[in-house]
Amino acid sequence: MRKARPEQSRRVYLDNAATTPVDPEVFKAMEPYFRGKFGNASEPHSWGQEARKAIDQAREQIAKALGAKPKEIIFTSCATESINLAHKGLAEAILRQWQKEKRGEIPHLITSSVEHKAVLESCKHLEKQGYKVTYLPVDKHGLVNAKDAKKAIRPETVLVSIMYVNNEVGTIQPIKEIGKLIKKINKPRITNHLSPIYFHTDATQAIQYLGCNVDRLGVDLLSLTGHKIYAPKGIGALYVRKGTPLVRQQDGGGQEYRLRAGTENVPYIVALGKAIELTTKNKEQTTKRVKMLRNRLIEGVLKIPEVELTGHPTKTAPHIASFVVDGAEGEAMLLLLSDKDIAASSGSACTSGLLKPSHVLTAMGYKPQEAHGSLRFSLGKDNTQEEIDYVIKVLPGVIKRLRGMAPKL
Amino acid sequence: MVDISNFYPSLYSKKVMEHIRRPRNMGEIKNPDGVATVGNPQCGDIMRLFLKIEKKKGRDYIKNIKFQTLGCGAAIATSSMITLMVKGKPLSDVEKITKKAVADALGGLPPVKMHCSVLAADALKKAIEDYRKRQR
Repeated sequence: MRKARPEQSRRVYLDNAATTPVDPEVFKAMEPYFRGKFGNASEPHSWGQEARKAIDQAREQIAKALGAKPKEIIFTSCATESINLAHKGLAEAILRQWQKEKRGEIPHLITSSVEHKAVLESCKHLEKQGYKVTYLPVDKHGLVNAKDAKKAIRPETVLVSIMYVNNEVGTIQPIKEIGKLIKKINKPRITNHLSPIYFHTDATQAIQYLGCNVDRLGVDLLSLTGHKIYAPKGIGALYVRKGTPLVRQQDGGGQEYRLRAGTENVPYIVALGKAIELTTKNKEQTTKRVKMLRNRLIEGVLKIPEVELTGHPTKTAPHIASFVVDGAEGEAMLLLLSDKDIAASSGSACTSGLLKPSHVLTAMGYKPQEAHGSLRFSLGKDNTQEEIDYVIKVLPGVIKRLRGMAPKL
Repeated sequence: MVDISNFYPSLYSKKVMEHIRRPRNMGEIKNPDGVATVGNPQCGDIMRLFLKIEKKKGRDYIKNIKFQTLGCGAAIATSSMITLMVKGKPLSDVEKITKKAVADALGGLPPVKMHCSVLAADALKKAIEDYRKRQR
């Protein structure tokens, strides 16, 4: 039951795509594993075995949510690590294979221009090592065209990596469609004993709201993180379909089926399992409610003149509402909103550490001046209608104030 | 999206926030004696400074100064601060104001935001140049 928010303690958090608070049930599930059940899961004694049991349970919870087998779930520290492992691990494995077979070609990867930096930087790293990468363009809605993916596939293509939901504008990519076309292309490859193309998706923003059954999606690798779904920061997972070649990137002990060394972070693994379980259980109602609130927010915000909604009109995740505001700058809006106890985000150059506007907006065709006024709201399961109405009430004044400060050009 | 990671120890000082919340001398001057609009091509911020000059005992003084800025917190704060620093002062003094002086007056700016103070110092310089040009 949602409690009415008292006027005084009104803090409206609308940056859930950036991170979320730990759910009380998740926190409760973690607690026993800090001091009581603190054992190292690799030890044969009862301390170790009860830790091992907790990990196994969490692994099963995640496998169940993805329609995968427990052995196909690897725990990592975050989605960024999962993504690094998926890209670098697969590329290295294939290269080794090809070198053994004395194949002279260079493995080729395909990704999109709107991926999270973890994917883009992993690909850049691989390019520096000599691999070839194609970055697919997107349309003005931020949508990848499956046909472009098909056209980009070459004999040496080994990995296609496309995010499921874009974190900046919410666009849902055609994962099923791409999965199907890769499966089709792989049929003759497999019969002719050539390397199949593997398919990775960054499902970080999708896990909560969209179907993530790995067989239905047709993916071989899937990255996810805990802190976007009410688990703590510092835990993630990578789904690795059985038979997918992967070279371990973090060497050491044999944890995580020898794919990711390091003593397991039991309380955080338990947290992730619990968070996924809760997310799956409440998926339908939460999605419906968040969508409705998001739409209410969009309706209210679009009443402000010279404000445009970005992303796709229909293929859009239910929790993200991203705008470009004419005549006001992103960071300034965030600061004034923060003074009104509202948290949001922006893709303006001033908010990036490198003074570059959002690469996502740029890929979608927005000019730097337009990305300058980027403003993103991302809802979560705890947001209420009152909160949305408060933002709708406050935002026009913030924008008006900043527009009043700007030179007439 | 907001990538403040290793670039800011903490975003803005109290003084900077004060100027963002209550900017000084914000607005237009109808018939300015000097005006300049400068933009930072990197981040897209734009600043316009208006000057009203008066002569006292043969020297030029900044009688009035107003700013308009489209930009981030640091852009607004540096515009506001520079107007405070130069209002009522002789031109010969204020011409030498550096970006560092503006940033220092604000209690410092994160390194990645120093370019905003460059914008403010630049706008002032160009507005004074504009005034001088009109005198000829």
